[in-house]
Amino acid sequence: MSDARAYGNSNVDTTVLGADEIILNMGPQHPSTHGVLRVKLKLDGERVVDSECIIGYLHRGVEKIAEHRSYQQFAPYVDRMDYVAAVSNGLGYCEAVEKLLGTEAPPRARVVRTILTELQRIASHLLWLGTHALDIGALTPVFYCFREREEILKIYEKYCGARLTTHAFRIGGLQYETYDGFEHDVKRFCEDFDKKIDEYETLLTENRIWVGRTKGIGILSAEDAIALGVTGPVLRASGMKWDIRKAMPYAAYDQYEFEIPTRPTGDTYDRYLVRMEEMRQSRRICLQAIENIPSGPIMARIGKVLKPPPGEVYHAIEAPKGELGYYVVSDGTTQPYRVRVRPPSFINLQAFDKMARGSLVADVVAIIGTIDIVLGEVDR
Amino acid sequence: MANDPSEKDPNAKPPEGPAGSGATPPKPATPAAPSQPPASAPPAGAPHAKPAAPAAAAPPKPPAPPKEAPPKPVPLDNELVQRLKARFGEAIREATLDRKQAIVLVAAAQLREIARYCRDDEKFNMLADLTAVDWPKREQRFDVILNLYSFPKNERLRLKAHAAENEPVPSVCEVWPAANWLERECFDMFGIVFEGHPDLKRILLPDEWQGHPLRKDYDILKQDTAWVRENLGIESGQ
Repeated sequence: MSDARAYGNSNVDTTVLGADEIILNMGPQHPSTHGVLRVKLKLDGERVVDSECIIGYLHRGVEKIAEHRSYQQFAPYVDRMDYVAAVSNGLGYCEAVEKLLGTEAPPRARVVRTILTELQRIASHLLWLGTHALDIGALTPVFYCFREREEILKIYEKYCGARLTTHAFRIGGLQYETYDGFEHDVKRFCEDFDKKIDEYETLLTENRIWVGRTKGIGILSAEDAIALGVTGPVLRASGMKWDIRKAMPYAAYDQYEFEIPTRPTGDTYDRYLVRMEEMRQSRRICLQAIENIPSGPIMARIGKVLKPPPGEVYHAIEAPKGELGYYVVSDGTTQPYRVRVRPPSFINLQAFDKMARGSLVADVVAIIGTIDIVLGEVDR
Repeated sequence: MANDPSEKDPNAKPPEGPAGSGATPPKPATPAAPSQPPASAPPAGAPHAKPAAPAAAAPPKPPAPPKEAPPKPVPLDNELVQRLKARFGEAIREATLDRKQAIVLVAAAQLREIARYCRDDEKFNMLADLTAVDWPKREQRFDVILNLYSFPKNERLRLKAHAAENEPVPSVCEVWPAANWLERECFDMFGIVFEGHPDLKRILLPDEWQGHPLRKDYDILKQDTAWVRENLGIESGQ
C-alpha cells in the first residue's frame, strides 16, 4: 500500500535543483517554529516541493536520565518534556508506574487528577490558540487566551506551588490534599469559560481572513493520519472518532459524559474547530467532576521504596497533543531499566511533510502551528 | 478474545493476597454509560469496559494486604496467537501476557511479514510506537519493540524481536510510514540498523556524533568530547 518515500521525510536534495527551485531554511531561530525547529524547504517559486524537519536541538536525554534515577525521582523530569502540559505528562508517567506495580490511585486522587488534567488540556489548547492565531496574523486572541490560562495557572499555584512544571501527582496518588476553595475556583473558572470561548470564536470562526488562511490548508486524510501514527486533535479533525479517554478509560474518565468532537476534512480550520470544541468538553468534564469529589485517602499504600516486579508495561493517555505513552521496563530494582516515552508531538510532526507539500510558504507557518508541537517533547 | 479485554478495565487488580483485612470495599460496577467503543464497531461480544465507579461514600481504603501477589508475566495462548502460530510457525517464538498486555516475541528476520499480516489481517492498523531495549549480557542484546494498536478492535499488541549488535533488523517503514522517524531514533540511540529504511540517519543527535547513548555501556556522563570541543568550543557539556 504505502511507499515510505511517498510520505516524505526524505532527505531534501540540495544538489539537484530545478531551474526555478530554491532551498529555504526556516529556523532553528524563527518566531513561528515555536521553539528550535529547523525546517528545510525546497521551493518552486512560492510552492513547497519538498521539506525536511531537522530536530534535536533540545535533546536532553530524558530517557537516559530515567535509567539513573529512582521511579519517584524521575517523575519531575517528565514535566519538562511537554512543558505546556506538564500535568498530563505526570499523569501518564504515574499511572504507568502504578500499573507496573500492580496498584492504582484511590478514587479521590483519580478524580482530582482528572480535574487538573482537564484544566491542563484547556491551558495547553489556549496557548496553542493564542500563538497559532498570532502566527497567522490575528493579534488579539493571544491576550484573551493568556488571560484565561493565567486563571488555570493560579489554580495550580495554589494547589502545589508551581505554575508550569508542576509535579502535581505522585506515584500512587497525590501528595497534596486540595486547598480550601479549590472547588470554588475551578467552578468559577469553568462557569465563566464558556463565554470566553464564545469570545474567541467571535474573533476567529467567521473571520474572513482567518477562514482564508486556514480552510483547505494542510489537509491530512484519515488514512494518511493513521499510517503516520498521528493521534489527538489532528487525527480527530481528519474524521476519526478516537480518544483514549473513551477507548481505554484511565483516571476517572469513565464516570463523566463528554463528546469526542470530529471534523471531516482534516484541514487547519477543522483542527481549529476540533480544539475549540475540546475545550468546551474539558470544561464539561471539570464541572461534572467538581460536583462530586469522593472523600477518602489520596495516596495508595505503596511504600517508600518502589521496586516493581520485573516486567514491562505500556500505558497511554490522551494528552492535549495526542497519545502520550510510557513504556516502562522494570528489572526488579528501584530504578527503571528503561523508560520510553511515546511523544505525540514527535510523531505528529512527522506528518508535516505530507501536509506541507504543495502549499505556499506562508502556509507553512499555519501548518506548524496547527500540528501543535512542543519542541521539548519532540526532542526530549 | 484475541487480546486481553480486561486491559480496558481500569480497575483490574492483581489478586489480593490471602493475609490482611480482605475487606476491600466492594466497588459497585456501574454500567459504562459514557464509555463508548471507538469509531468502528468492536468485535461482537467484546465486553464493555466495566469501570467500577467509586461510590461517593466509599469507606476509607483499608490497609493493603502486606504482600500482594506480584504481577508476573504468564504464557499467552489465545486465538490471535494461534492464528499467528498457524501462519508463521517457528517465527512466533513466544507469547506472554504481562500486566494484562499481550506480548509476542517473533523472529527478527520475519518481522516485516508478521507486521504486514498484523496490519492487514489482524487489523492492527496503527503503529503506536517503535523502540528498543538494550540487554548487554544477552547474546542478542537488543529487543526491538513495536507497540501496535487496532482501531477496529480497540486492542493493543506488542511485537518484540531480538537482534544482535550488528544484525540488521527489517524495517517496517513499508508497512507503517510512521516507523520512519521512530526507526531513525532507534538507530540514533542504540545503533540498530534497519534494513530497507529509506533514509537511515541520526535524528536527535548531530550527524557526526560518535556512540549511541541509550546503550547500557554508554555511561550517563559520557559524551562525544571531540564533537563538543569542536562544535561548541567548550571542554565539556557537563
